[in-house]
Amino acid sequence: MDALLQFIFSGVTVGAVYALVALGFTIIYNASDVVNFAQGEFVMLGGMITVFAHQAGLPLALAAVLAIIVTAAIGVALNKLAIEPARGAPVVSVIIITIGASILIRGATQLIFDKQLHRFPAFSGDDPIRVMGATILPQSLWVTGGALVVFAGLWLFFTRTLTGKAVLATANNRIAAQLVGINTGAIMTLSFGLSAAIGALAGVLITPITLVSYDVGVALALKGFAAAMLGGMGNPKGALVGGLMLGLLEALTAGYLSSQYKDAVAFIVILAVLFVMPQGIFGKSSTERV
Amino acid sequence: MMAGRRKWLQLGVLAALIVLLPLFFPSGYYYRVGALIFVNALSVVGLVILIGYAGQISLGHAGFAGIGAYACALAPQHLGLHPGLAMLLGALISGVVALLIGRPILRLKGYYLAVATLGFGILMSMVLTNERALTGGPDGMSVEDLGLRAMLRELGWRLSGGEMWYGVSGIALLIGAWVALNLLDSPSGRAMRALHGSEIAASTVGIDIARQKLRAFVISAVYASIAGSLLALQNGFITPDVAGFMHSIEMVTMAVLGGVGSVFGGILGAAILTFLPQLLTVFAEYEQLVLGAVMILVMIFLPQGLLPSIGRRIGRKGE
Amino acid sequence: MNTTINMPLAGVMALAALTGAAQAEIRLGASVSASGPAAFLGDPEGKTLEMMVELINEAGGINGEEIALTLYDDGGDPNKARTFATRLVEDDEVVAIIGGSTTGTTMSILDVAEDEGIPFISLAGAISIIDPVREYVFKTPHTDRMACEKIFADMQEQGISKIGMISGTDGFGASMQAQCKEVAGDHGIEILADETYGPQDADMTPQLTRIRDTEGVQAVLNPGFGQGPAIVTRNVAQLGFEIPLYQSHGVASNAFIELTGKEAAEGVRLPGTALLIGDLLSEDDPQYQVVTDYIAAYKAKYDQDPSTFAGYAHDAMALMTDAIARAGGEDPSAIRDALEQTSGFVGTTGTYTFTPEDHLGLDQSAFRMLEITDGGWKQVD
Repeated sequence: MDALLQFIFSGVTVGAVYALVALGFTIIYNASDVVNFAQGEFVMLGGMITVFAHQAGLPLALAAVLAIIVTAAIGVALNKLAIEPARGAPVVSVIIITIGASILIRGATQLIFDKQLHRFPAFSGDDPIRVMGATILPQSLWVTGGALVVFAGLWLFFTRTLTGKAVLATANNRIAAQLVGINTGAIMTLSFGLSAAIGALAGVLITPITLVSYDVGVALALKGFAAAMLGGMGNPKGALVGGLMLGLLEALTAGYLSSQYKDAVAFIVILAVLFVMPQGIFGKSSTERV
Repeated sequence: MMAGRRKWLQLGVLAALIVLLPLFFPSGYYYRVGALIFVNALSVVGLVILIGYAGQISLGHAGFAGIGAYACALAPQHLGLHPGLAMLLGALISGVVALLIGRPILRLKGYYLAVATLGFGILMSMVLTNERALTGGPDGMSVEDLGLRAMLRELGWRLSGGEMWYGVSGIALLIGAWVALNLLDSPSGRAMRALHGSEIAASTVGIDIARQKLRAFVISAVYASIAGSLLALQNGFITPDVAGFMHSIEMVTMAVLGGVGSVFGGILGAAILTFLPQLLTVFAEYEQLVLGAVMILVMIFLPQGLLPSIGRRIGRKGE
Repeated sequence: MNTTINMPLAGVMALAALTGAAQAEIRLGASVSASGPAAFLGDPEGKTLEMMVELINEAGGINGEEIALTLYDDGGDPNKARTFATRLVEDDEVVAIIGGSTTGTTMSILDVAEDEGIPFISLAGAISIIDPVREYVFKTPHTDRMACEKIFADMQEQGISKIGMISGTDGFGASMQAQCKEVAGDHGIEILADETYGPQDADMTPQLTRIRDTEGVQAVLNPGFGQGPAIVTRNVAQLGFEIPLYQSHGVASNAFIELTGKEAAEGVRLPGTALLIGDLLSEDDPQYQVVTDYIAAYKAKYDQDPSTFAGYAHDAMALMTDAIARAGGEDPSAIRDALEQTSGFVGTTGTYTFTPEDHLGLDQSAFRMLEITDGGWKQVD
């Protein structure tokens, strides 16, 4: 019994990491129908910048805030310099642009910082919390809490605020959105800034658990992307549920079946879900325009 | 037919390039780069059929390259098959696998298709990595020699390994390009192209969408598989990297960068992305920076890819 | 002991002074995984090679000739490694190659080296690189099997006979996992649980819980490198294991202690080289001079501690330049012959003696069993 609880704790910890990354995909996708494959790099930047700002003498909290601001600025720059100029290009070209951006950010990071692994201390220490024979680290609660807060914030943003609705409108029909007076350029800037900031926040929260180096972004983006698709791309609820499901699947497979094939089982479940629900669990079915 | 003549003209130019380029090679190493370009181009031609014509994306085609590569490594060892036959066996397996998974996967659209193909690729590379007893795991395994070089030597034709593989891959690419061009010219090729425009429109004119998508998927899988086999035979050694996610991404990038709308665009993309990293070793530290910047700039300024955009610029229709 | 062999730099300097500086250069090639999943290995290796060439050239080169090093980054991709090996041989016309940070890249390079008759010193662990012996291929790191044997020998001494293993599925972890399973029986060790994790995984508590819940496990062994072992070590502390944790030489660096944190790392045992305990070596230790010199030079240039892997590259370069000096020319096969005659050469990893039957030339004695105590290393054998 305590083993099962331990697997669940592990699954929730890892799942919250995936969920945070998946949530970052949501806004850009909602604003522009683009899956930003550089999202993992935002997470990495959040961790790396915090590490080096902290090493340079900044208090951890300040270093984290700095990392989030800088990363958000990079997100905005990515939109202005690479995404906006390519407006009207086929989606697959935009995917290549974001992949190019992720390679570029990685290349720049290893030049500016280094190629070593880094970590900074957990926010509330490393003393595990014991629950019925199982243990969980305080930092896991930070990550899980962070995922929940970001989820709640995004959910309110998209359903309760005018700006959020403007983001959705922009994705739905850019020209129509402009006609009703939405500044679509500003919406895109906002989406990239916000997505990057969420990514960086994820990086700050998870680094004490997962460690960080210039190349951790790819694997994170891959899992986050898979989680977002499992839940239904564009829906914050989907990102949260998808992430947690993926994490729990991996942990339970590792615990009860085989640690060697835990990623395989996760992907098989994703494939199975998509066969039954081609839009993911919470995805809205859409009709294609001719 | 104009189209027919044009096809032979294009193939002729490609053949001439393959034959004449070695005259300018300063050293044997360029044969190696050339052979790699041809092998990559072969799998990219397959992706051009899938992405450019049928309008479907795949982020898992390296999985098929893995099947082809490991067929060449395993079949001679365990079944006593000649490596050449093993390549055909690999292509057959890839085709069948593509047929089986293609049916459900291809119902998905856009990013959902992307993640499903991604999942397939990851499963493949995971099996190759984990089944250590069979595949040697992440350390890889060696691949039996094709025996072609020895055969040619007996015929009095002494070639270095690099020269021979340059020739073999070049011929394979020519055949691959020829088959692709014929296919795209055929009625079913035109049907496939209609999908790219609009699936709904295509179905209203009576095109069996599912069938055409599946065809493109299976064909592109066979291309990737043969390319993987050639790579394995050429290197004499193979690791699960061949089936890895990065390899899939690399293939798609080559296709899109060169111009996914045409066979020769794909070949150009493969040539550039294979050669560029070799060129960039001079700035080793900045390699990734430059590579990323090139990808972004090309897509911003030439969103249809290099070849079609350039073609249009000089007043011809990119095709 | 022969001092010119013991201290190659000094010997080379003396020779340079005698012959007078000719302006020719000796071309050396290298391909390491400075980026990609094995950057952890390749980055410090590349840095070391560059630094050593600089130092040797400053000191007058080999026999008065400067070394020109062509260094490529293969990103850990065997396909790229083969291309670079071909490029080094055919285009850059090097007389010898160092590199192959991973077993996969090494296997690609060694094919080219053997074909073209170019001496090659590999920096990768697998035993299959030098067994069977290939004419032109040598290597500097201990084999994974030797690391397993060292660990198992220590376990036996501690009265441990039943263990659980948790291995990374990266090349390093998987290879060592297989080797350890092969030799465990020879040391009376029984592997009761055999778990794995992916190189990028964030949490290994499920696997460790399974090991904990396996009846009779007396110790845990974790072959792997990169962030995996750091996370495993932290998870072990989180779960409150009361049995000892053994890590591999894959994490033998001070950075490992920083990553896991002092508390979690306390009591972890692993086989390491003299490089890790440079400041603990007594001055009459045969490796004292070479180890302290190298650490000082590396720290001065890069402001970091060199890792065990960096030490492999150091030894490969030192062995190669020593052989070139003795071969007295740039003929690859003469260099190969000189390399094979290397005897009693002290490196950071151990003392190398190559023979026609042994192209690794290290024995178990080069490994030291270390334990992490108070955030530092302590030799326990």
